[in-house]
Amino acid sequence: MQGKIIKVSGALVVAENIMDAKLFDVCLVSEKELVGEIIEIHGNKVSIEVYENTDGLKVGDIVKNTQKPLSIQLGPGLIGNVFDGIGRSLNDIYESCGDRIKTGVKVQTLSSDKKWEFVAQKKVGESVFAGDVLGYVQESGIIQHKIMVPNNVSGKLTSIKSGEFSVLDVVAKIKTSNGVEDVCLSSFWPIRIKRPFKKKIEITKPLTTGQRVIDTFFPLACGGVAAIPGPFGSGKTVVQHQIAKWSDADVVVYVGCGERGNEMTDVLQEFPTLLDPKTKKSLMEKTILIANTSDMPVAAREASIYTGITIAEYYRDMGYNVIVMADSTSRWAEALREMSGRLEEIPGEEGYPAYLGSRLASFYERAGNVQTLGQETRVGSVSCVGAVSPQGGDLSEPVSQATLRIVKVFWGLSSSLAYKRHFPAIDWLISYSGYVTNLKSYYAQNLSYEFLDRKNLLMKILQEEKELDDVVSLMGFDVLGDKDKTTLDVAKIIREDYLHQNAFDEIDTYTSLKKQDKMLKCVCEFACQAKEAIEKGATYEQIIDLPSRALIGTMKYTKEEELEKIDDIISAIKSDFLMLNKKEEKE
Amino acid sequence: MIKYYKTIKEASGSIILVSDIKGAMVGELVTIVEKNGGVRYGKVLEIYDETAVVELFDSANSLNLQESKIRFLGKGLEVGVSKDMLGRVFNGLGKVSDGGPEIIPDKFIDVNQGPINPVARDYPNEFIQTGISAIDGLNTLVRGQKLPIFSASGLPHSHLASQIVRQSKVLGENEQFAIVFVAMGISNDDASYFLEDFKKTGAIKNTVSVINLASDSSVERISAPRIGLTIAEYLAFELDMQVLVVMTDITNYAESLREISSARDEIPARRAYPGYMYTDFASLYERAGRVKGKRGSITQIPILTMPDDDKTHPIPDLTGYITEGQIMLSRDLYKKGIYPPIDVLSSLSRLKDKGIGQDKTKSYHSDLLNQLFYAYSRGKNAKNLSIILGENAISTMDKKYAKFSDNFENQFINQGEYENKSIENTLKTGWKLLKDFPRGELKRIKDKNLNILLEED
Repeated sequence: MQGKIIKVSGALVVAENIMDAKLFDVCLVSEKELVGEIIEIHGNKVSIEVYENTDGLKVGDIVKNTQKPLSIQLGPGLIGNVFDGIGRSLNDIYESCGDRIKTGVKVQTLSSDKKWEFVAQKKVGESVFAGDVLGYVQESGIIQHKIMVPNNVSGKLTSIKSGEFSVLDVVAKIKTSNGVEDVCLSSFWPIRIKRPFKKKIEITKPLTTGQRVIDTFFPLACGGVAAIPGPFGSGKTVVQHQIAKWSDADVVVYVGCGERGNEMTDVLQEFPTLLDPKTKKSLMEKTILIANTSDMPVAAREASIYTGITIAEYYRDMGYNVIVMADSTSRWAEALREMSGRLEEIPGEEGYPAYLGSRLASFYERAGNVQTLGQETRVGSVSCVGAVSPQGGDLSEPVSQATLRIVKVFWGLSSSLAYKRHFPAIDWLISYSGYVTNLKSYYAQNLSYEFLDRKNLLMKILQEEKELDDVVSLMGFDVLGDKDKTTLDVAKIIREDYLHQNAFDEIDTYTSLKKQDKMLKCVCEFACQAKEAIEKGATYEQIIDLPSRALIGTMKYTKEEELEKIDDIISAIKSDFLMLNKKEEKE
Repeated sequence: MIKYYKTIKEASGSIILVSDIKGAMVGELVTIVEKNGGVRYGKVLEIYDETAVVELFDSANSLNLQESKIRFLGKGLEVGVSKDMLGRVFNGLGKVSDGGPEIIPDKFIDVNQGPINPVARDYPNEFIQTGISAIDGLNTLVRGQKLPIFSASGLPHSHLASQIVRQSKVLGENEQFAIVFVAMGISNDDASYFLEDFKKTGAIKNTVSVINLASDSSVERISAPRIGLTIAEYLAFELDMQVLVVMTDITNYAESLREISSARDEIPARRAYPGYMYTDFASLYERAGRVKGKRGSITQIPILTMPDDDKTHPIPDLTGYITEGQIMLSRDLYKKGIYPPIDVLSSLSRLKDKGIGQDKTKSYHSDLLNQLFYAYSRGKNAKNLSIILGENAISTMDKKYAKFSDNFENQFINQGEYENKSIENTLKTGWKLLKDFPRGELKRIKDKNLNILLEED
């Protein structure tokens, strides 16, 4: 007996007589074979969430069960490509149906026409276990794509050969206790199930982004999770793009989840022209894009972040540090809400389903720093940055709150900073990072010992500024003493010359950790010297008139190759204050 | 064989239930023929078993359920398009409503189009000069952008929108322009203000108007923008025209969405608007843009009135998350007599950085606008401070900024409704206001650009 549609409501289709229906089986709906997933079973009736527009479906249309969960093809060719929420190549869709995405279009994730040069690294007769590297394909200028023994497979290699293969060709055979397993260049993995690893290990390395306010004050770590909530116009997307462009992750997976079409186009056009700061190769050679824009079907939006993180885990298993950017998880939550409403579930807060929190948690939990499967020890990580778009910028709404319970880094964007055109508009007074202690020894070994102390000092000054601002707004600037006035001036330096960073300036857009360390030293030098000078009797006016005071603002425009210029500024500050102090002493 | 059903079972508001039907499709159009020969149109929303839920484009008022026949047309709502639509007025279903002759269509296009493949999009990067300083200078509009006007009741958004329509042009190019004007649930006065203004300036001959007035059906309000955008897409992507779509008022559109959603017994989300409102808005706004290999473009200017001047209300909020910025109108400025009363600090054009700079406007444009923003924001803070503390309590520099903010409002933002300022003129005005500040205060302007500014001065 064939499955048939009995009800259509938006993305939800109810069908009956589906053979062997299991939750999360993929079904092909109607003659057009629209892709859908079983999300509820009631006796003979199943509810199917369809990932494409359901206009044109009729009661009585046939429904076929593929008996498989929603899976994505993993293999060489992912890098540099752009996919929709369920992993279909958008370039191939464009080739096959033009400007607009038609329903029922059949496109694979990876093109099977392309040949890849496979280099075998194991020999016939060797014993191999799940996760072992059999060989590699040079996927892009940056990424060496490792072909691994599939999960749950172990045995003796009976054949393996180097040469040119397409993604569906068999490159190796493994004799296991249950027969012979073929290993192809590509494999399939269900997106809702996390890929296995040996164990999670401690987080010790920062994931630098080249953004001073992030790297210095609220660092992300390899394997860490961060959230960027902010109202519209506060610069969430620019921050996400900046991280995608300048982070030192090996692979970047960018998931545009229910966002603007033009933003994806921007990424598609701009990234190929940019160079990865670490390898100096085109950024596209380490980037994978998942684009499910706001006008694309809402159900596929729900799947898109799982597609993204599954790809990330796959590269993690090869031993890479991968970062997944999801913009925005609020749209994903709204997709959940929409489906929940259609299923007539009892709504929780603001109409969101009660399982919102647990779904979010299980998504973010797929991030981490792990030791991968396989005999040789490989360490890889998935870091995750989720943008949250709270309604009206109000963080008390359910998606923000559920996210904040999970993530350890919080970059809170503030619209008042954005109005002042202070970008990145990350509000230092509310943001935090839980990884600072993990990274302590990294800083000590790779930067200066004082890095954290200096950071803390600047943070303290910013905190003081807030308190002083309250006084100023009540009583005016002039009532303050010279010491407080100077504190405000130093805070201004921190804000304008350190935290403020112009994403559209050629040099300022990226600051290496080394440069940050120097800039930090410079600002701290000024702050400490100024404090000392005031204590020795210098006045506020004397300090702000120092010639080196004006030089601090040029630091951010110093090229990475000319960092000694910052040392010059530090020396200038020192000598200026020396002179000032001498003058004071004479008087 | 044409098959009519006489099985309309229930009616409530604009929703009817038809039973015992075979093979109805979701999204399909229906016609209902009444006993007296009257015809109503509707659309299939949902089907289950042999029942179809149909939404009528007008209400089900005085519809005789027993006597009426319903026919399923086997296709969605379509609009017949032609170049002759320019200069004409249509209703929310795309039917001629200006009393003129029927259009002989080139072809029929379904008003619901699949999403544009992000790979097929071309990035908007051509500067549009609107002749309005607060927009050109600070929140630049580019071709293919969707930039809404966030207004509130009583503010002159109609005047601003028609000024944009009147003055917009891409510098140095001679392309065919067209305007698609979509009115949703606005009063006859407001609609005729636009139409009269288009007539006065001659713009009418390049304008297609789709008008759904406050007194018209609210279901038709949902189809009106789709009709308009489908026509716009035809003009832009098949006839290579540069199309500017003005849609007013999105708030009325959203109200209709809510009305229909509650008639369908859907579970409401925030403020009782349906949970899919974001997706629905996106299906309109995302139809703006440019497509690779096509010369035309669609630039959208949706207008919405913020209920209670509240920009966190779901309508402006969800719009802001989809559109590429917003032009925010301010009641305070309006009361000060400033036209256009654009609050530049909370306005934003996300695409401006791609539309300005060398070869487009001026190399120093970006630096200058950042400096203006900074100075105005600081000036406003200083003014607030001086209100609390008295003018003498703030520093000399703050006084200077406070004065700047007044001058900025009066000389930069403020301009005539029929004043068309060139971008050079706009930037010059901006620099004139800034140049008295000491160099140390002009941190956002790089040396290179400062020199050019000084030279030009």
